[in-house]
Amino acid sequence: MKAAGHTARIWLPPLVLVLVLLGLWQLAAGTGFLADRLGLDDFLVPSPAQVAEVLWQDRGLIADNAAVTLVEILAGFAVALLLGLAVATLLHFSDLVRRASYPVVVASQTIPIIVIAPILVVWFGYGIGPKLAVIALICFFPIAVNTLDGLRSVDPDSVRMMRTLYASRSQIFRRVEAPAALPYAFSGAKIAVAVAVIGAVFGEWVGSERGLGHLMLQDNAQLMTARLFASVAVLSLIAIVLFSLIGLVERALLRWR
Amino acid sequence: MTVSLSGRGVGHSFGDIAVLDGLDFEVAPGQVLGVVGPSGCGKSTLLELICGLRRPDRGTIAVAGRITERERLARSAWMPQTDCLLPWYTALDNAALALRNLGHSRVEARAEAGRLFDRFGLSGFEHARPDQLSGGMRQRVAFLRTLVSRKDVLLLDEPFASLDAITRAELQEWLLPVLSAENRTVVLVTHDVEEALYLSDTVLALTARPGRPAAMIEAPPGAGPAREHVVTGAGFGRRREELLGLLKRSPEPTAGERG
Ligand SMILES: Nc1ncnc2c1ncn2[C@@H]1O[C@H](COP(=O)(O)OP(=O)(O)OP(=O)(O)O)[C@@H](O)[C@H]1O
Ligand SMILES: [Mg+2]
Repeated sequence: MKAAGHTARIWLPPLVLVLVLLGLWQLAAGTGFLADRLGLDDFLVPSPAQVAEVLWQDRGLIADNAAVTLVEILAGFAVALLLGLAVATLLHFSDLVRRASYPVVVASQTIPIIVIAPILVVWFGYGIGPKLAVIALICFFPIAVNTLDGLRSVDPDSVRMMRTLYASRSQIFRRVEAPAALPYAFSGAKIAVAVAVIGAVFGEWVGSERGLGHLMLQDNAQLMTARLFASVAVLSLIAIVLFSLIGLVERALLRWR
Repeated sequence: MTVSLSGRGVGHSFGDIAVLDGLDFEVAPGQVLGVVGPSGCGKSTLLELICGLRRPDRGTIAVAGRITERERLARSAWMPQTDCLLPWYTALDNAALALRNLGHSRVEARAEAGRLFDRFGLSGFEHARPDQLSGGMRQRVAFLRTLVSRKDVLLLDEPFASLDAITRAELQEWLLPVLSAENRTVVLVTHDVEEALYLSDTVLALTARPGRPAAMIEAPPGAGPAREHVVTGAGFGRRREELLGLLKRSPEPTAGERG
């Protein structure tokens, strides 16, 4: 009972807010008021109901393309997760490598990786390759940098205490540093999965034959605005679900928090 | 096997700040040396030097006659000023850390550490997380973790400082027989003069930073476990006043000391 009330307290306010916003949009777009004000044709300003209708009508097409995009996101994210954790660990263990590369790693975060997507298409072609590369690149940095920060945040007294209790370097890593860094790695992963969706769409815009990003380009060219919005809704859903999944894993793994 | 511990002309500085200077001490096997002194005078630093986590700038420290940091580290276990319980492990797994590091299986390590839980008043809390334990229990788990290492030298840094007066008195009373039964060589840092006199065989008083020896006082002999009888005894009171007088005379430490 108490738990149910607690859950409701967390979910109800944002749910109400979303419903209110959808309602306002429905009113503004459904009555033609918004299109009028913008001086546009009605079909360019679809109402939520119209978007939902298209979503249902074209569900096969949208689902096929969403599956393509989802696979790209998952594969790119997985590559970034493995590389990010591995690189963070490597930098943590090698003082020299860290001092040399950490500033470079952080500085390179400011490069808008998305703009090099066209080059990646030239290199890797129209297949999944360039999308994977873009997604993995933009996911890599939040994961690697957060994990490294986590590894370095460890209480030095805990490490020294372990040293007086016979701990080897790898035991200190396994029993103290890695668990302490885990919450940081999860924060990084959550940021990464959100940008992964953006990366996938961009990768598809630059060059692809399938996927929600590809579909959006087509719909945009053909002024199929309602379906464009439907794709956006599905992409948001993918991001939210993946984000929540990571949150669930985090809660299960970090029971002590 | 119990080992002796000694320091000759030990001194240490952090950068320009001299923290310890000219310390000589000798702890016979199985004895407890109490170290008291004002905050920031280098008590924690002294323990880190003894257990080989730091190398002293001046002088030598010997544990069982061995003077290198590596050999001192191999023989001493350190209970840091903050309990350093790892929040991702249960009380039992925290206590068993040394055994796990030595390569014992989880089952073995838990069984061995678990045997001590009853004696430490911790039974029933084996599977509690550190944040579910009271302050007194946390300190006992941290002490157990140190003891389970089976090392000959125990370095305890203000084990009861964070506790209320009643819990502290209870734990002092509890620790005294444990220390005499264990027969380890112990250095106990505290800023509580009474605690030092009650638990130690000898008390070393340090001056304010840089910590220099102010006095070396033999604790009253024949201390029994009944704390209220001991601390109200005449010899105890005289020594306590003597130590307090010494510590009061030493000037207040200047700003910048560590907590
Ligand atoms: N790693 C360090 N680097 C620089 N200065 C340090 C370091 N550790 C301790 N100090 C300084 O050395 C002095 C002694 O510190 P220490 O922690 O040994 O004192 P303490 O007697 O244990 O104090 P307290 O009773 O408050 O615990 C302090 O002034 C502190 O600021
Ligand atoms: Mg201290």
